[in-house]
Amino acid sequence: MSGHVLTASIHKRVSSAFTLDLQGLVPPGVTILFGASGSGKTTLLRCLAGLDRPDGGRISVGDRVLFDAAGGVDVPARERRIGFVFQQLALFPHLSISDNIGYGLDRIASEARLDAVRSIARSFRIDHTLDRKPASISGGERQRTALARALVMDPDLLLLDEPLSALDHATQSRIMADLRTWNAAHAIPILYVTHAHREVFALGERVIVMHEGKVIAEGVPHEVLDAPAHESMAAITGFENFFDATVIARRPDAGTMQCRLEPGGGPLEVPMSRAAEGSPIRIAIRAGDILLANQEPRGLSARNVLRGRIVSLEREGPMVTACVDAGATFAVHVTRGASESLGLSVGDEVWLVIKTHSCRLVASP
Amino acid sequence: MIASLDWPALWLSVKLSAVVTAILITIGLPISYWLTFSRWRWKFLAEAVVALPIVLPPTVLGFYVLIAIGSRSPLGQLWTSWTGHTLAFTFEGLVIASILYSLPFAVQPMAAGFAQVDRSLIEAASTLGASKRRTFATVILPLSLDGVLAGAVLAFAHTLGEFGVVLMVGGNLPGVTRTVSIAIYDNVQSLNYEAANRTALLLLVFSFAVLTFVYGVRRQPPTAV
Repeated sequence: MSGHVLTASIHKRVSSAFTLDLQGLVPPGVTILFGASGSGKTTLLRCLAGLDRPDGGRISVGDRVLFDAAGGVDVPARERRIGFVFQQLALFPHLSISDNIGYGLDRIASEARLDAVRSIARSFRIDHTLDRKPASISGGERQRTALARALVMDPDLLLLDEPLSALDHATQSRIMADLRTWNAAHAIPILYVTHAHREVFALGERVIVMHEGKVIAEGVPHEVLDAPAHESMAAITGFENFFDATVIARRPDAGTMQCRLEPGGGPLEVPMSRAAEGSPIRIAIRAGDILLANQEPRGLSARNVLRGRIVSLEREGPMVTACVDAGATFAVHVTRGASESLGLSVGDEVWLVIKTHSCRLVASP
Repeated sequence: MIASLDWPALWLSVKLSAVVTAILITIGLPISYWLTFSRWRWKFLAEAVVALPIVLPPTVLGFYVLIAIGSRSPLGQLWTSWTGHTLAFTFEGLVIASILYSLPFAVQPMAAGFAQVDRSLIEAASTLGASKRRTFATVILPLSLDGVLAGAVLAFAHTLGEFGVVLMVGGNLPGVTRTVSIAIYDNVQSLNYEAANRTALLLLVFSFAVLTFVYGVRRQPPTAV
């Protein structure tokens, strides 16, 4: 019932080439912390938990200050009341599941401790494993044990460092469902780190995107990942095509802009932005959002039809990536079946069909 | 054959080794902990000092210990004012010298044992509210018992077989400082090869048994998670 909000501003120099520098709020509920490996996600979690010390900034949960460089506050990890589930889980191999879960409850009487352990083990469906050792239970049960061990302490904040990434999707979502059920009654902020694109949609209400030690986007997963505001963001969320272009005409009534691909490419209609006529913009397009035709298509709602020539075809499993030179070079995904029925081969003349709203405007890197 | 063994020397050696091992476990655990987990930038100096007895000739170590506990040193004078007798050429003097001499044999396996404990287990304990002391007792120590045991056994065996340091600091007083290895030396000096052989064989078998035990314990695969 606490409903506290995590407020953090953290500055930490990790190496001469990498500095963590960010601020943000994490409300109660599941927030996904998304970013490529090396973007600073784990360092951020470690700073929040008190395992690493930031060089500057402030961390608080509700009105409890855990770290304040200016005020000289640095609450040690063991007093932070923050649950931390490690990527490798870090279950104590020499202790039973019961003793693992109850490890943090050493200050309460052993009967009350056992009750608490049994009750949380039931919520996470591992009450049948309590007498066993971590090595003799399944991967999913180990993840559940690690969650139960952190949550039985009744933490103010839960940090999860990619703990479920080794599991299959079904097991993963069942565990998350149990975590949500638990959190319905506790309403603490849960920060879940992942670098898997899929998990962002599957697991979180909110997403924070990190890139090179900074927060580059945050919000609802669909809005943030489908409309990337930043090129580096677009690249990690699966946009393959990036183009420089110049705005040549604005059509506010249609909500679109006409632009020209640089250098020397054809015209392209893109969604409206605040960019003025004559100013440069950057466009991102997913390879899977482009249609490919071997005859000039007619009568389409899509506004962009570009003529080009196939430069290369590459098979990757069920997909074929065609590189098409249409002034600029476009990567296009087609299925293998489609590629074969169209009889695509290198050197063929083809047409690319791109909807206006498949063209995303992004800030340059 | 049993009756002809030098029992007082043997008993003295075992007593010395037991006392030294007990003290080395007590002081070796915190020293090893510090050597493993301290982030002090000059830590390597301390590591070098601890390892020094491995390479130092026992006579050199013995010489300095003799100076340090001699009747002219502050320590020696303090001891004399407490007990009424000197520290050099006594059992207590031998204990002090042996602790220094066997320190690396206790500390290095213990520190190696602590270092192989997964750091994330230690961090997990701290996020679960455990103090450093509790983390040590409930996580680090149980998961590095092999190393601690190896350190204790090696310290015991090493003390049992020491010679140069004992000779320098303890001399050769029967029942007080005349240990097995001194007894063997005496036997050889007096051309009593048969007695020397008996005691030497006993030490050989014992040492081999100890090392077999240590390596046997270490070969057990760690529990996988």
